[in-house]
Amino acid sequence: MITHSPAGMFDCRDAYARTIEELAAVDDRIVAVANDSVGSSKLGKFGARFPDRLINVGIAEQNMVSVGAGLANGGKIPFVSGAGCFLTARAMEQIKVDCAYSEANVKLCGISSGVAYGELGATHHSIEDIAWLRAIDKLTLIVPADPWQTAEAIKAAAAHDGPVFVRISRMPVPELTRTNPRFAIGKAETLREGGDLAIIANGTLVHRALAAAEALAAEGIAARVVNMATVSPLDVEAIAAAAATGAIVTAEEGLAKGGLGGAVAEYCAQHSPVRMRMLGFPGFLPTGSASWLMEHFGLTADGIAAAARDLLGKGAQ
Amino acid sequence: MVTHNTFLTADTRDHSLDRRAAHVRERANWMRRRLLRMIVEAGQGHPGGDLSATDIIAALYFDILRIDSSSPAAPDRDRFVMSKGHCTGALYTALAGAGFFPEAELETYLKPESRLNGHPNRTYLPGVETNTGPLGHGFPVAVGIAVAGQIDRADYRVFVLTGDGELQEGSMWEAAMFAGHRGLGNLTVIVDRNGLQQGARTEGTNSLEPLPDKWRAFGWEVVEIDGHDHAGLLTALDEAAQPRTKPRVLIAHTFKGQGVSFMRDQVGWHHGVPNAAQYAQAIAELDADAAR
Repeated sequence: MITHSPAGMFDCRDAYARTIEELAAVDDRIVAVANDSVGSSKLGKFGARFPDRLINVGIAEQNMVSVGAGLANGGKIPFVSGAGCFLTARAMEQIKVDCAYSEANVKLCGISSGVAYGELGATHHSIEDIAWLRAIDKLTLIVPADPWQTAEAIKAAAAHDGPVFVRISRMPVPELTRTNPRFAIGKAETLREGGDLAIIANGTLVHRALAAAEALAAEGIAARVVNMATVSPLDVEAIAAAAATGAIVTAEEGLAKGGLGGAVAEYCAQHSPVRMRMLGFPGFLPTGSASWLMEHFGLTADGIAAAARDLLGKGAQ
Repeated sequence: MVTHNTFLTADTRDHSLDRRAAHVRERANWMRRRLLRMIVEAGQGHPGGDLSATDIIAALYFDILRIDSSSPAAPDRDRFVMSKGHCTGALYTALAGAGFFPEAELETYLKPESRLNGHPNRTYLPGVETNTGPLGHGFPVAVGIAVAGQIDRADYRVFVLTGDGELQEGSMWEAAMFAGHRGLGNLTVIVDRNGLQQGARTEGTNSLEPLPDKWRAFGWEVVEIDGHDHAGLLTALDEAAQPRTKPRVLIAHTFKGQGVSFMRDQVGWHHGVPNAAQYAQAIAELDADAAR
């Protein structure tokens, strides 16, 4: 059993809420739009501080996204926040037409994405979202890995002129250690160098990928770890470099098809054919807590390390 | 036949209602001929809904709206949102007539790489506020614009034209409920109540009535008007443009295909292209109307 013992674990929603509050304090164009999700989006303090700038449309996701597009037309920079499962599945045409196709300056924040809602089941899991959103032209899609990157992604989204979707987890993650902390939309970060294979992950899987690389190193396998936080637009240079190692494992808290792994595979199949394993969920999931689901489907450091060994034709040490 | 693109603003509003109505009437007649020619040349279109909406759109673009085609993104401009986005014949002729793009460009309608797509696209054309086409989108976006104006205490007014069949979309009532809740007094919806949707009468498909009661129940002021009476349209829109504390809906009773006898109130002209004889007859009827 690989264990990973970070100094502390964090809920990225806190970084999200803190950051939009900071931005709002210096830019009165920043507004928050919610669907009765003020608590789950942690917007209570924002609302207390900027009561005129928190727009709660009630339980109406289609209207929430369209209202966000309208606010952008009126010169605002709206952060439209709701549970990822409803924001995407319920309001997909509004995301496509009112935000992306219209190139509206809307920032969509899918809160508690992935399997954070655990036992609540597949209705509340948001694991199809990366595949769906990735298919939409002109929509920037960011899946931050930790609180620092969440804050940076929110700042970058606010500064970017155009529609952005930020996928925010509530599953506790550690703050990653970085030698050169820098976030830019469309640029992956290589958190660990290694030439035997590359692990490309994002969101809650990044710290697990780092732990897997640590374990593999003990076995003499040098794994590069790439945090591909921006899924659209994809950092193809980072993928090409990863492919040059000869093997890629992708890992994401989402469907194993069509998401980050699919994006990497599309590029590699055409430009840099390479052996791959794509880790993610198979489909509608059984009842279980978020952590149980992650364990059960191998979205753990153990699971990533096992996929790496399998890909390299090496047995477990 | 008028070929110039007269865009009259403040000076026309000072004119008598009769003069203003005459101007809108002339512009609407021009729009009807021009959009029918576009549809004939393109070989497709939505003439029924274009013609039911023409008088409403003419009243807005050629009288009511405080817009400037040389500054289409001015923050304080009035907003017009075309929620029934399939009726591009009416919208594009109005935008061209109001100077947002050259009238000659109407000849490119639906041609490869034209800015005049089958549904309006704001990234192609100045003057389009948001991309519409799928029903149930424009109105909720307009609600968001009105919320921004409310927050900023801005002077601009937000006008939306919806289809009546479009009111079968659930997102319209999400938007109506929220606009009522917020008391969006800067928002006016005009329902093009032609009674027909693509395949049949609205009341035979999924009935909308009692429509005024529905809007009232959602917190709206309701005014019913004749959507082809230019003076009545201007009066209702003038009143709607005054400051108030509730959103207002103008239920404009119209006919699909208005202005062309064989298209009027005919469900079959939702889509469709007149043949040469039909086109000649339509133009002759519109010529006769212009000469009245």
